[in-house]
Amino acid sequence: MVDSQTETKTPGLETETVTISMGPQHPATHGTLRLQIDLDGETILKVVPHLGYLHTGFEKLAEHLTYNQFITLSDRMNYLSPLNNNIGFAIACEKLFGIKVTKKCEYVRVLMAELSRIADHLVSIGTAALDLGAFTAFLYFFEQREKLYDLFKIATGTRLTTSYTRIGGMMRELPDEFFEPAREFLVKFPSVFKEVDTLLTRNKIFLGRTRNIGVIDGEEAINYGLTGPCLRGSGVPWDIRKSEPYSSYEDFDFDIPVGDRGDAYDRYWVRMEEINQSLIIAKQALENLPEGSVNIDDPKIILPDKKDVHNNMEELIHHFMITMEHKGIRPPEGEIYSSTESPNGELGFYIVSDGSNNPYRLRVRPPSLNNYQVLPMMLKGKMLSDSVAVLGSLNIIAGELDR
Amino acid sequence: MSEYIPVLILGLFGSGFTVVILLAAHFLGPRKSDPVKDIAYESGIDPVGDARFRFNVKFYFLAMLFIIFDIEIVFLYPWAVVYKDLLSLGNFILYEMISFIALLLIGYLYLLKKGAFEWD
Amino acid sequence: MDSADIFIVVAKIAVVLMILLTAAAMTILAERRLSAFIQDRLGPNRVGPQGLLQPLADLFKLIFKEELITARGDKVIFIIAPAIILIPAFLLFAVIPFGDSITIAGKQIALQIANLDFGLLYIFAIGSLGVYGIVLGAWASNNKYSLFGGLRASAQMISYELSLGLSVIGVIMVAGSLKLPDIVAQQHTMFFGIIPGWNIFFQPLAFILFVIAIFAETNRLPFDLAEAEQELVAGYHTEYSGMKFSLYLLAEYINLVIASALIATLFLGGWHLPWIENIPMPNWILQLLQVLSFSLKTIFFIITFIWVRWTLPRFKYNQLMALGWKVFLPLAIINAMVTAIVVAIIN
Repeated sequence: MVDSQTETKTPGLETETVTISMGPQHPATHGTLRLQIDLDGETILKVVPHLGYLHTGFEKLAEHLTYNQFITLSDRMNYLSPLNNNIGFAIACEKLFGIKVTKKCEYVRVLMAELSRIADHLVSIGTAALDLGAFTAFLYFFEQREKLYDLFKIATGTRLTTSYTRIGGMMRELPDEFFEPAREFLVKFPSVFKEVDTLLTRNKIFLGRTRNIGVIDGEEAINYGLTGPCLRGSGVPWDIRKSEPYSSYEDFDFDIPVGDRGDAYDRYWVRMEEINQSLIIAKQALENLPEGSVNIDDPKIILPDKKDVHNNMEELIHHFMITMEHKGIRPPEGEIYSSTESPNGELGFYIVSDGSNNPYRLRVRPPSLNNYQVLPMMLKGKMLSDSVAVLGSLNIIAGELDR
Repeated sequence: MSEYIPVLILGLFGSGFTVVILLAAHFLGPRKSDPVKDIAYESGIDPVGDARFRFNVKFYFLAMLFIIFDIEIVFLYPWAVVYKDLLSLGNFILYEMISFIALLLIGYLYLLKKGAFEWD
Repeated sequence: MDSADIFIVVAKIAVVLMILLTAAAMTILAERRLSAFIQDRLGPNRVGPQGLLQPLADLFKLIFKEELITARGDKVIFIIAPAIILIPAFLLFAVIPFGDSITIAGKQIALQIANLDFGLLYIFAIGSLGVYGIVLGAWASNNKYSLFGGLRASAQMISYELSLGLSVIGVIMVAGSLKLPDIVAQQHTMFFGIIPGWNIFFQPLAFILFVIAIFAETNRLPFDLAEAEQELVAGYHTEYSGMKFSLYLLAEYINLVIASALIATLFLGGWHLPWIENIPMPNWILQLLQVLSFSLKTIFFIITFIWVRWTLPRFKYNQLMALGWKVFLPLAIINAMVTAIVVAIIN
């Protein structure tokens, strides 16, 4: 409002900038991260994102765990979509071991991955809306996530820490009682989806809060290493499920929604559309589920049935060979990088094997870490209220930031 | 002035209620002071700097704008009260106020043009 | 004023205060239950039948809580700030008429605490005092979130004060008085025998502007920037706990009740009861029904406030200011002028 050239500086009367901290304990930082924000009035001058408040040390721990044991830790990385992490790690290990899993296993993985993707997007859209003050949309979605978690409980035995995959297959077959509620969910969910869609998608205030906020164009998004909905929101149709299909994704018919402006609204919209696409994929996987076993037929890798362990000598030996210390399944020496499309973006595992039963080095490429680093760029010159809109649209999961 | 006596009594009742509540809370609640407990909340870490600082001058500017317009509005009140009665004497009262509002609008447009209503 | 008058006034005030406090407590409960209903939850339903005693339980919990005072804050202002916001909230109800005057033992008693000449001005004057409680409390907390909340609250309240004041110019013009009973009486007409002469039908734009400005004045979502939980933790009352916090809460809900009552008075004919008034019935039943009609109109707006809060997201500071200054202010001025011209033409 006042021309900067005509502004005269009176010593001792300048506006002071103030530093406020958002996090580690703040309602808008879901998880423990910290943004150090320098403000002039309501305008953000500088944002310094800090990490280290939820350091878990998973990568180091992996060096002392067998490959199957690490699956339990992968649950806890992105705690909104543990199944996707399980599957991503299992696929990486199978690449290292040189195992080709059965078709049924791949379909079950696709089914679970897509359900889990829906669960993740439900929370990330919900919390993004919650940060803008729309509490009701958040709870509508959260209730649906509960239904999904019930499904996960039927399939895996637990709601959150699923640990559902094993190298070479799954922990167990999908139980018969899984299919009925799963089909019911796929039929009933769209009506709730529509409700939230009406609450938010064309809401003037919501549009005002997210349109042209946190803009990043496609090229810059690639340079920053963004992946997932954050990249697709900027108009880059990059989805590992399509570009480098894994786990039989080439069998499924689905679209990749992309935004055009790369703002917070586009990221919201891409997530909403991805829920629809995931529903389509899950429906296909459920309908075309192949017959057979989810596990490969290799007693050196897959644990034998518990009943057989108690009764047969051979199975008992196999059981010991896999589970005892200093035994276990051993991959060939070498190193691989394998990535899957997790709800947040590219989830990569880089594994170095020295031929022993635990990894020599495991490195995780978490999508959130790359997504986190664009914050200072996106928020510079914006307003304090935009920080929550942008943070919510990026969906930073603290568990992934520091492994 | 006698119609203000009830307001006064209401004020006394209201203040009494507030004071009683505050005193009750003061005596009934526990008091375990602790230097860490008394730190201002800043998302779980020690506060950086102090909350006593000179903030942006825009807020002061806004206060001035408010005073300017609020006084104009207060001028409108007596006019509105007598408007219907004075209309019987002719439309002069209407033209009078239209010219007043026109002047106000010129000032408003000037501020708009100057960017006084930009808060980005 | 003789002693009988004083007694009547004191009795009226005692009853009104009781009702006001109960109404505020019930509004808090209604907000929790309604929000739960909107969001497919249950809400508090365990204390008493349907959770009706929940406010009482909350009171006891809060009164026994430890009260923290920020170490480097301003202690005196910190303690009196909640009182500064609560007392004007009580005072506001003084001029709102909640029924026609009744006659008991040959004495005519107006169902209003004080019929001031400047009724509406009094409301705006006292109503704007509340912001001091917020700003002073925010400043005394010595907390940056609070300070930002306080700054936002003051900026927002003074911005919308303008549209609030301007949008009722038309109402005053038609009534020719600032006294609220006069404004109610003016709406006691029927057009074509069926449409009540309420201001909402004749000045719909003023009604919309007034209601939205009231939303901003009472710091309710979508205008609750001053507390904006996700941005400023709890805004101006971040550092407040125990009973001091609940005084802020109480003031907020009393303001909500009074704002609803004010909307009903100015735009929905106050205690005017259309259609039924012509049916012959004993006077006391009619007066009871009129008070009931006023209460129902008020409750309707309270529910609207709650409904909107749990449906919409929150505005941003610059959007809020732009809306107030660039949209509402000119609209309110134009509305006042158009009303003036229409009144001139009709006359």
